[in-house]
Amino acid sequence: MTNPLPAKIAVAAPAHVRRPRVAVYKFASCDGCQLQFLAAIGKHPELLSKVDFVHFLEASRAVEPGPYDIGFVEGSVTTAHDAERIREIRRECRTLVTIGACATSGGIQALRNWGKIDEFVAAVYASPAFISTLATSTAIAEHVPVDFELRGCPIDTGQLVEILTALIVGRKPRVPSTSVCAECKAEGVVCVAVARGVPCLGPVTQAGCRAICPAHGRGCFGCFGPSDTPNLVSLNLHYEAAGVPRDELLRLVHGINAWAPPFRAEADRLAAAPHVKVAAP
Amino acid sequence: MNPSPLTTRRPGPTTLSADPWQTHAGSIVAIRDETPGVRSYDLSIVDAAVRARYAFAPGQFNMLYLPGIGEAAISISSDPATPQLLTHTVRAVGNVTDALAKLVVGDRIFLRGPYGKPWPLGDLAGGDLIFVAGGLGLASQRAAILDVARHRDRFGRVTILHGAKTPSGLLYPSEYAAWREAGIDVDCTVDAPEAGWTGSVGLVTDLLAQLPLEPGRSGLLCCGPDPMMAGVATGAAKRGLGPEAVWMSLERNMSCAVGQCGLCQFGPFFVCLDGPVFRYDRIEKLLGVRCL
Amino acid sequence: MILGPEALQRLIEVLALEYRVIGPTVADGAVVLRDLASADDLPTGWIDEQDGGHYRLQRDESAGPFDHVVGPHSLKNFLFPPREPIARFERVEGVWEECAPAAPERPLAVIGMRGCDLAALAIQDRVFLRGDSGEGEAIDPAYQRRRNGLFLVAVDCRRAAATCFCHSTGSGPAACSASAGRQADLALVDLGPGPADGVAPCAGPRRYECRIGSERGAAVIDAIAADLPLRPSPPEDVAAAERVPVDLERAMWARERSDGGPGRSLDMENIRDLLYSNLEHPRWLEVADRCLSCTNCTLVCPTCFCASVTEVADLSGDAVTRERHWASCFSLDHARMHGTSVRHTTASRYRQWLTHKLGGWIDQFGTSGCTGCGRCITWCPVGIDLTAEVAAIRETPAPSTGPTP
Repeated sequence: MTNPLPAKIAVAAPAHVRRPRVAVYKFASCDGCQLQFLAAIGKHPELLSKVDFVHFLEASRAVEPGPYDIGFVEGSVTTAHDAERIREIRRECRTLVTIGACATSGGIQALRNWGKIDEFVAAVYASPAFISTLATSTAIAEHVPVDFELRGCPIDTGQLVEILTALIVGRKPRVPSTSVCAECKAEGVVCVAVARGVPCLGPVTQAGCRAICPAHGRGCFGCFGPSDTPNLVSLNLHYEAAGVPRDELLRLVHGINAWAPPFRAEADRLAAAPHVKVAAP
Repeated sequence: MNPSPLTTRRPGPTTLSADPWQTHAGSIVAIRDETPGVRSYDLSIVDAAVRARYAFAPGQFNMLYLPGIGEAAISISSDPATPQLLTHTVRAVGNVTDALAKLVVGDRIFLRGPYGKPWPLGDLAGGDLIFVAGGLGLASQRAAILDVARHRDRFGRVTILHGAKTPSGLLYPSEYAAWREAGIDVDCTVDAPEAGWTGSVGLVTDLLAQLPLEPGRSGLLCCGPDPMMAGVATGAAKRGLGPEAVWMSLERNMSCAVGQCGLCQFGPFFVCLDGPVFRYDRIEKLLGVRCL
Repeated sequence: MILGPEALQRLIEVLALEYRVIGPTVADGAVVLRDLASADDLPTGWIDEQDGGHYRLQRDESAGPFDHVVGPHSLKNFLFPPREPIARFERVEGVWEECAPAAPERPLAVIGMRGCDLAALAIQDRVFLRGDSGEGEAIDPAYQRRRNGLFLVAVDCRRAAATCFCHSTGSGPAACSASAGRQADLALVDLGPGPADGVAPCAGPRRYECRIGSERGAAVIDAIAADLPLRPSPPEDVAAAERVPVDLERAMWARERSDGGPGRSLDMENIRDLLYSNLEHPRWLEVADRCLSCTNCTLVCPTCFCASVTEVADLSGDAVTRERHWASCFSLDHARMHGTSVRHTTASRYRQWLTHKLGGWIDQFGTSGCTGCGRCITWCPVGIDLTAEVAAIRETPAPSTGPTP
């Protein structure tokens, strides 16, 4: 993942000049983030008068040719064709925004990166010979420069509207880089880790979801990816000392953002390090 | 309220009414290109009563606000004798300053202020003054320079040492003649000369090293990037100007400007209230601490 | 004045006529502060077990409605809420105008505030009500409005959690203290179940010794007394009530002296200079290995006041609400300047928090920012304990390098 706050963003032409032409692309993904686009338009129909969605196959078959002012990319790169296509997209979009865990970290499908792709293909497909795929699922930013990342699985419609508003008026989008804990505390949600002993990735996960899981009594599973200074080692040492089995912690980190570097490193540490009982701090 | 010239007492924020967040509309009267990426904006407060009571001391700053974009702390660079017109010299480096760069004469922005401790010109009256400015740092000193020029007889020798990366980065070059006319020495230096540059090449600390000065009666006022100011303080010490004769204007993240948001803290200080101008002996130790 | 259970219920009803009534209640596995509809909402029968990174409610049939200690919420959540609009701008025919501030909300009455809560309130008052001494400080109008309307019902703690150390910071356990500036409109001491008439001792209804601290408090008691006969406290009840905080304080000091006991304390002696002369202490790096920089300690702290402002614009771009929200020195954005953070290491952020809380605060507001409530210890997901961090620095201070800033 790149820094979510780039120093400068190439901004679409000001609204009073003309409406930005927006393209939305899909790579390896479930389409959930594109559906959030549709949900955001449903909530804020005035969006359609602010930007022109001229290339958005989930919404319309009518496609206008590029170049585009803003390109939103959903999904990860899993095929050689994808790897080439994203370079073309980068060339035709002045501002490139990646949306969702797949595009920003490789997604849940990046769990393949720890395994052997040939074995997966052989196990799943009747005719593996017809399958052309890369051995890895990787974030868009590993292939081309990305101007802004919108995290989440799926992305939050509020953050989506914020980034569109910001790009329209020509300022940097404001997306929190703090942990989910800040949202729990702002919403008055009682900490599930401290008060109920539920392992929760909230302290190392970027805010943005309005603490939806802790608010419903379950631990955060990190779908907004790592926070600005995540310390997964300390958190997991504490959970382990409190009696949470290591394989449960590994499952937690091996989640939707498993290939995000801090989560990836922690998964490897948990998998590699011998299980040691650590005294409670 | 009109501050006496060369005040050391700062005028309280004019816009500070019942609500510290309340702003006043200002109209952009003039825009001047200064150096690449840097512009000056002359503002006039729209409300005549507020405009009439607005006063500031050199070194203070205003919070400039653009609705939907945000707020930024910007030094006041104009003559304190004519506070009806407020100049802010701004480099486009962030949300607010980028958006400012898109505005035109007649556009409206909002401001509140002035805030912060000013340069201690009143305390230094009777002695020699050395202004040391790196790049845009001169913007926080221009008000003081104009104030000193207006009351030139109150000071001994007055020198401006101004450094920039390139000659085109020198700020307010068209005004140097007038400042010299008023009896202020202006000495500039650049890191990288351009064609036609005949002045000094090097750091402002090199100019300081060669400057004739009398330590007992001189005050040094410094503004620029943190490393440059640390270098100037070291250079000043070598010339016999101890930390109690050096003042610096610091910059930190700022939101409220009234000591309530906590963002601008620097050690035990609020830069908005206790600064931005600090006497160096108060902050010498803190400036040496990494990531403070 | 002695109040019984009916009077406690009546107190909530009388307050509700004029105020939004807030008090402790059980929700989501903790005692939180929420709107109270009746005395039945109080956490009667519950106590809390607290330690570093650990909080559990436990059922205790003998526990009264105030035998819990402090939960994750504090008065800060209401007087300085996590998010609030501070200004609104609208663009009409192309011209921006600042709009009038929002209408004030219903005043607050908060029940069950402890010594540390009142101490925290006094500290936040110093931040938000400093006034203009000509030095540029301001009064926060929204805080001031809520503060002026606030009706406080204090309660003396009868027990302390393992994370409590108010005895060492001078902010408790007695709820009210005229000398420390901790005052409430009414102050209750739970005397436990009273003797039941002619039957077994201590099986009767719970009784509260109630002291009146203000005219508003007296008016509320008068309103209760109009419906319910209230009797003045007999001398033995007054004496028993006075003993409650004295005994608890003695117990807190005693448990701390016993080796390996559950108690904590913070040695406040010369603490500002201790921290400012140890800005490069290796302990900051050590604690950074454990610190998650997750911001929890600052957000549950009843005195932390950092905030920043976000522009909340609708899509039309013609209406903007400026929203102030809690900020934290543990976030990268707190000290962000020109795109990078001055405090980019976790060590520097923990150092900022602790040196500010216990040192810088003294320069800025004439008081330490710590009330000994222990929330930052309990609600730190990995149980970092500021009393242990200070003790570690005190144990191996850097050689003195002259006067601190």
